[in-house]
Amino acid sequence: MPEYDSFCRQFSWENEKDSLEGLPGGGINIAHEAVDRHVNSGKGNTIAIRWIRKDRSFDDLTYADLKVQTSRFANVLEKLNVAKGESVFSLAGRIPSLYIAALGTLKAGAVFCPMFSVFGPEPAFQRLGKGKAKVLVTTTGLYEKKIKQLLDRLPLLQYILLTDAKQDIDDKVLSLSTLMKQASDDYVIKNTQQEDPALLHFTSGTTGMPKGALHVHQAVLTHYVTGKYVLDLRPGDVFWCTADPGWVTGTSYGIIAPLVNGVTNIVDEEEFDATRWYSILEEHYVNVWYTAPTAIRRLMRLDFKPTDRYDLSNLRLIHSVGEPLQADEVIWGEKTFGRPICDNWWQTETGGIMISNYATMEVRPGSMGKPLPGIEAAIGEVEAEAIRLLTKPGEPGHLLLKTGWPSMFRAYLDEEERYKKCFKGAWYITGDLAKKDADGYFWFVGRADDIIKTSGHMVGPFEVESTLMEHPAVAEAAIIGKPDPIIGALVKAFVVLDSGYEANEKTRLDIKGFSRKKLGPAVAPKEITFIDSLPKTKSGKILRRLLKARELGLPEGDTSTLE
Amino acid sequence: MNDQEVKATIFKLLHKIAPDIDPEELEMNDNIREVFGIDSFDFLQFIIGLDEKFGVTTPEDDYGKITTLNALISYIKSAK
Repeated sequence: MPEYDSFCRQFSWENEKDSLEGLPGGGINIAHEAVDRHVNSGKGNTIAIRWIRKDRSFDDLTYADLKVQTSRFANVLEKLNVAKGESVFSLAGRIPSLYIAALGTLKAGAVFCPMFSVFGPEPAFQRLGKGKAKVLVTTTGLYEKKIKQLLDRLPLLQYILLTDAKQDIDDKVLSLSTLMKQASDDYVIKNTQQEDPALLHFTSGTTGMPKGALHVHQAVLTHYVTGKYVLDLRPGDVFWCTADPGWVTGTSYGIIAPLVNGVTNIVDEEEFDATRWYSILEEHYVNVWYTAPTAIRRLMRLDFKPTDRYDLSNLRLIHSVGEPLQADEVIWGEKTFGRPICDNWWQTETGGIMISNYATMEVRPGSMGKPLPGIEAAIGEVEAEAIRLLTKPGEPGHLLLKTGWPSMFRAYLDEEERYKKCFKGAWYITGDLAKKDADGYFWFVGRADDIIKTSGHMVGPFEVESTLMEHPAVAEAAIIGKPDPIIGALVKAFVVLDSGYEANEKTRLDIKGFSRKKLGPAVAPKEITFIDSLPKTKSGKILRRLLKARELGLPEGDTSTLE
Repeated sequence: MNDQEVKATIFKLLHKIAPDIDPEELEMNDNIREVFGIDSFDFLQFIIGLDEKFGVTTPEDDYGKITTLNALISYIKSAK
């Protein structure tokens, strides 16, 4: 990015849009901008995706390969009568089929919704049901373990495409490779318009089940702009976003932004492994690396300096997102790699990076940075009638964004009231609390609600509590985020047992096993504590903040509404 | 401590982290994290538990070497 202040003055979304191609019919389509546009302009031989297997061997997909594969997938969807606007879901690890399905779905004008492969059956059911999934792309193992048992409860789910099945199982459960072989290489992309739905990402709320944040094809402009100016992606670059596409970061920056910017995107099938990660950075000449505080904290545990063992001279820029990066972690980056790690802030609803530290701007360790050019952020009080902006430096309040950026979510699927609640006047209320210093840097303060951020992912207490309540021993349950030095916060449950059950290790493990089976390890509580009763307000609402204060030995604050 | 004793201790720890999975299902060369659905937080707790039980110190850069029961048993025996 050029000098921040002057660039902000001259920036316009309209000008940036000129760098995208658009569809021949006048519309815009994310997959066209991410894939076909590069092939049309003679860059078909550039490597689009380098997929590294668990055993470290790798496969390359060029932009030309990706064009063919995604066109075939779009043809598969046509054959299965998937109409524009219908939903295609995925539940898979980081395998090429996932990336092909995502982009092929967008070509076909359908809505793509990725799910995290470690979700248990319950979170998967909530999402597939609420998102009215018509097609699910998954593997045989995940299907057998998590999906098969849900089929009776998902009447709208018509097809399950198994990436690794050699032949169809029945009329509903089909072999994706067979369908792909039969499909044509050519596909005319559906003439999607900028406001047509494209992506659905579920995110947790404080109350109720996860909500589906819907994004439109125009979001690609944010992906392009943030890839270019925040991640500084340049032709010839190798980029690695370590996030899983099951989360919004892994889709916006693990699939779309690098491809729209025409660079080579690294995809590693394996989970975090400190030495593996450093050797990938070295062997694949990664230039720009986008990772998360949880991983950085693990890397900080190594007792050697990575540059002593690995040649990381290609690495030009490191960004982090997921939860706030602490000042000492930014400074560690500077000492270790010779450059600070640039923290940035955004969320599922914003669709792309909104506030960031930039390579060309002074990095203030511990700060979220400054708003992306074209984005207006502010701190304010949410009052009954309107927003009252707080302009005094350092004053904490709600972090607000002026509405109207291209990747702003357009709905919480079928939950208009919930969506409306996020806005007041011209402002989107992010649900995060922050402050702004005299020089315009933003600093994260905390969440304005009870949502837990664990390993950078949002977990809503209500969905975990509801599942725990299904266990026969559980009379009541409350969930809090317990601060943890590595993953930010861990999901902790307080459980009131039903009469007849003993508060012992056997019961604890039984409840833990039950919740892991239903919710999966990413969502299930890591700790369970038995308690005689839960603190509640007079109206019966669980006071989670009080449980948290007690857990941390902090003052209990205002307890005047306590039951 | 023989292989069986090491294995029994490992299974006890795994059961505490992932009580939904029967450790006996684990084959010697299976990937432990995959079979038990263990995320990176759980894995860290598992290694810390092993370090305490066996009185060893496993550095972070060795975590990638101990993905199977076979590898883990020989790692612990050589570290002790």
